[in-house]
Amino acid sequence: MIYFDNVSKIYNGGRSAALHDVTFQVAPGEFVSIVGHSGAGKTTLLKMLIAEDMPTRGQVFFESLDIHTISKSSLPSFRRKIGTVFQDFKLLSHKTAYENIAFAMEANGRTDEEIAENVPQALELVDLGDKIWNFPHELSGGEKQRVAIARAIVNQPDIIIADEPTGNLDPIATYEVVQILKKINDLGTMVIMTTHNKGVIDALERRVITMDEGRIVRDDVEGKYVL
Amino acid sequence: MLTSLKRVIRAGFIGFWRNAFVSLSAIFVIVVTLTVVGGAMLVGQLLDTSLSQIKDKVDINVYMVTTASEDAIGDLKSSLEGRSDVRQVIYTSKEEALQDFRDRHKSDEQIVQALEELDDNPLGGFLSIRAEDTSRYESIATYLEQYQEAEQTTSPLIDRINFNKNKVAIDKLTEIINTTEQVTYIMTIILIVSSILIAFNTIRLTIYTSKEEISVMRLVGASNMFIRGPFILQGVMYGLISGVVTLLILYPVVLWLGPVTESFFSFNIFEYFVTNFGHLFFVLVGSGIVLGTVSSTFAIARYLRV
Repeated sequence: MIYFDNVSKIYNGGRSAALHDVTFQVAPGEFVSIVGHSGAGKTTLLKMLIAEDMPTRGQVFFESLDIHTISKSSLPSFRRKIGTVFQDFKLLSHKTAYENIAFAMEANGRTDEEIAENVPQALELVDLGDKIWNFPHELSGGEKQRVAIARAIVNQPDIIIADEPTGNLDPIATYEVVQILKKINDLGTMVIMTTHNKGVIDALERRVITMDEGRIVRDDVEGKYVL
Repeated sequence: MLTSLKRVIRAGFIGFWRNAFVSLSAIFVIVVTLTVVGGAMLVGQLLDTSLSQIKDKVDINVYMVTTASEDAIGDLKSSLEGRSDVRQVIYTSKEEALQDFRDRHKSDEQIVQALEELDDNPLGGFLSIRAEDTSRYESIATYLEQYQEAEQTTSPLIDRINFNKNKVAIDKLTEIINTTEQVTYIMTIILIVSSILIAFNTIRLTIYTSKEEISVMRLVGASNMFIRGPFILQGVMYGLISGVVTLLILYPVVLWLGPVTESFFSFNIFEYFVTNFGHLFFVLVGSGIVLGTVSSTFAIARYLRV
């Protein structure tokens, strides 16, 4: 369960606000899309969730834990509960697909046996079993994003956060990535995704939160892309 | 814990190898730095040795009158040896002085014959005095002059002191020695500091190229030590390799310079290199490792702030 309680984020000593009194909650197993124009506050919202950014006012809860009271030393172990996927993939360029995923498991303190077993499984899940030893520069955009998703899910996190995961992809790769995210959600993982893609939202038929100028303006259970 | 350590070490080696070009440039810069350090050490040693040799050649000779008694000379000798600024006093008796004179002129018939004609030894004994420091000769000479004046009235002992003749040369030499020492000292410090800064900056840049990766590592929940470890290990490897490469570069250089320095400074730099290899290895490889490790640690700290 994720709970945003009256969260505001103000930059420049009060002159510009990225978020205004945002309150919402996401239940386990939900698939939530956050839509809005650029600068609406979508990315700021996600940064609060992984404790990359602090709210100026308000609190963000993960279960009963206030995320921004987590000590610096406990932050890495908290972040391992959340899998992240980004528009620009953020793969480690000098590591192969296998090593990129293995790295997330190594950081999590998993054993070599678990890594050898789970990494190929994760790559199979995103349909990349044959690209296991390729470096990121040898993969297409869609393939890179699928490696990033495999990395995000391999530690079996409670939540997957996807920030514009289809922003750099062609329509076919977009479709594949969204199908994978849906499949992950069907297996029980909470997915929070931001996007600009109307087609994706309308096809998903899941909950949609619409943001504008740092405020939530709509929250529909089976929403459409309305701006 | 052991698994983490193993992973950090493996990641360090892989990172070093896969970023070969970056590693190579870091090593290159550290090699330049260490060559400056090693060169400064060798040149410093060369200067030190030749300066002390030059200093050794400077002395004051006190010539005794021919009638001087051995006791009186012995008194003067021990009073000189009692001074803290006197390093060594060598006494050459009148007989030894005569023998030296004969040996030196044994091919000159006229002088040999002239000496045969004389009943008495015409030469007096003399004391050669070496000071702890060239700047002290002035006061030793003054002391001797006072001694000479005091003795003059009762029984003359000192015939002449050759300091005043050498005074200008000694003063000049003292000045040159002091200036050379200061200049080399300052130059060495400037060179070493600037090369350290360059090496530090290069390593910072190599880590800067991994800035994105570090942020990714943080996002997948890698702990700071897990992120930092491989970079620090790479810093250690840069230093270690650079130290060894520097020694490999210096070897042929000193091998070539050995005979030159031997004939010019009567100090063989190659022999010094070989006999002090352990010390040089420790200093160069050690400072390489310290430089690499410290630079990596500082550079990475910048990107680990959340």
